[in-house]
Amino acid sequence: MTKNTKKGTFMIKKWNRRQRLVLWLVLSLIFLAAVCIGGMFCGDAARETDFARKNIAPCLKYPFGTDWLGRDMFTRTVKGLSISIIIGISAAAFSAVMAFILGVLSATMGKAVDTVITWFIDLVMGIPHMLLLILICVACGRGLKGVILGVALTHWTSLARLIRGEVLQLKEQQYIKMARKLGKSNFYIAMKHMVPHLFPQFLVGLILLFPHAILHESSITFLGFGLSNEQPAIGIILSEAMKYLITGKWWLALFPGLMLVLTVVCFYTVGEGIRKLVDPASAHE
Amino acid sequence: MILEARNISFRYGEKSREILKDFSLKAESTERVGLVAPSGFGKTTLCKILSGYEKPDSGQVLLDGKPLDFYGSYCPVQLIWQHPEQAINPRLRMKSVLEEGDNVSPDLIKRLGIEADWMNRFPAELSGGEMQRFCIARALGQRTQFLLADEISTMLDLITQSQIWHFLMDETEKRKIGMIVVSHSPELLEKVCTRIVDLQKE
Repeated sequence: MTKNTKKGTFMIKKWNRRQRLVLWLVLSLIFLAAVCIGGMFCGDAARETDFARKNIAPCLKYPFGTDWLGRDMFTRTVKGLSISIIIGISAAAFSAVMAFILGVLSATMGKAVDTVITWFIDLVMGIPHMLLLILICVACGRGLKGVILGVALTHWTSLARLIRGEVLQLKEQQYIKMARKLGKSNFYIAMKHMVPHLFPQFLVGLILLFPHAILHESSITFLGFGLSNEQPAIGIILSEAMKYLITGKWWLALFPGLMLVLTVVCFYTVGEGIRKLVDPASAHE
Repeated sequence: MILEARNISFRYGEKSREILKDFSLKAESTERVGLVAPSGFGKTTLCKILSGYEKPDSGQVLLDGKPLDFYGSYCPVQLIWQHPEQAINPRLRMKSVLEEGDNVSPDLIKRLGIEADWMNRFPAELSGGEMQRFCIARALGQRTQFLLADEISTMLDLITQSQIWHFLMDETEKRKIGMIVVSHSPELLEKVCTRIVDLQKE
């Protein structure tokens, strides 16, 4: 018993929390980068059909198996994920920027602006995500642009509300009032006191938007309102696989689904890792 | 220099009760004025008004006959808050906290008992008394003419209290900085102050 605990503490000492976090961060980033770069090169391979190799169960040559048209599921999954990641990044970046601008404006521009923006946030939040997403996608014409716009326009609200609350709270802090009395300019206070406090929260909000965006992209494509059928997006793969699941071709849905979950987990790990790394409480760990 | 509050009235919000009513006070930079009053009499509010954190509803705060705004962006009347942990940004290391003050002299920092080792720490890694020393040092920049101490030693042990008060009496006498001290402890005020004002009797 004592031996075990001793060994346990030894392990923790060897790799402290900060180092373990960095390790996970790097692994997640490598995985995401690999998927992105892989997706760029296997676009053609993902569309190639070959009836000589259709319906093969997972083996060494085709680790994820092949489908009813003889397409390699591995390349299709990688390509689909890379599309998902691109959509996730652009949608999350777009909505985070929008949230930041609206949040800061709302907190600093006075009561009238604040009322309008808060009302608008409530309005967008009041409409179910999926409904709004489908409407925007259909209005923009199906495809990448529609999905990105749809996800971006439905996901900025919670982050905007968070940033507004933070800025309002910061403005009343004693140390910020004190800095003003010590003759510091608004710019100094914004850069030295506000940004270091807001940035980590903003960054984490941004990164945690990725998995949301990816999941929404897949689900809307699965429902048939998102990307067109020719593109090997994860949602398309999953919805097509549905028809073949009953005939026992389990690998068509399992591997793409697992990879999707893995990607989402990776983004969460990166987000949580960065949040912990920038927290001053962990500075000396 | 003379810090003067002239006929000050103040209330928080429209409908709340009037905390200060037609209050006047005059303090010279050669004296240390003690303020006593039971809880809720507006001692902290008065300190905030005197150092420009709050604007009085009527009346004026004058330093040598001129309003505080006249002296530019650095306020010559500095307030030391009761809770140091709220007056320091938890994300800044202590050395950057000191840099915010107006060229605080290294000699002063040393005499306050601040150790070089503390400079690289975050506020969460210091005790309340250690943080309060930083707050005092920060408020004693070059251009400070008046110092308001709002219950600054209530959370400290007796040895630290006496160390800090000896330092403050020394420093303010040397630089001719006026002080207004708020405390619940009559013994402390009797030791430290040259004059005691009871808000209740005013």
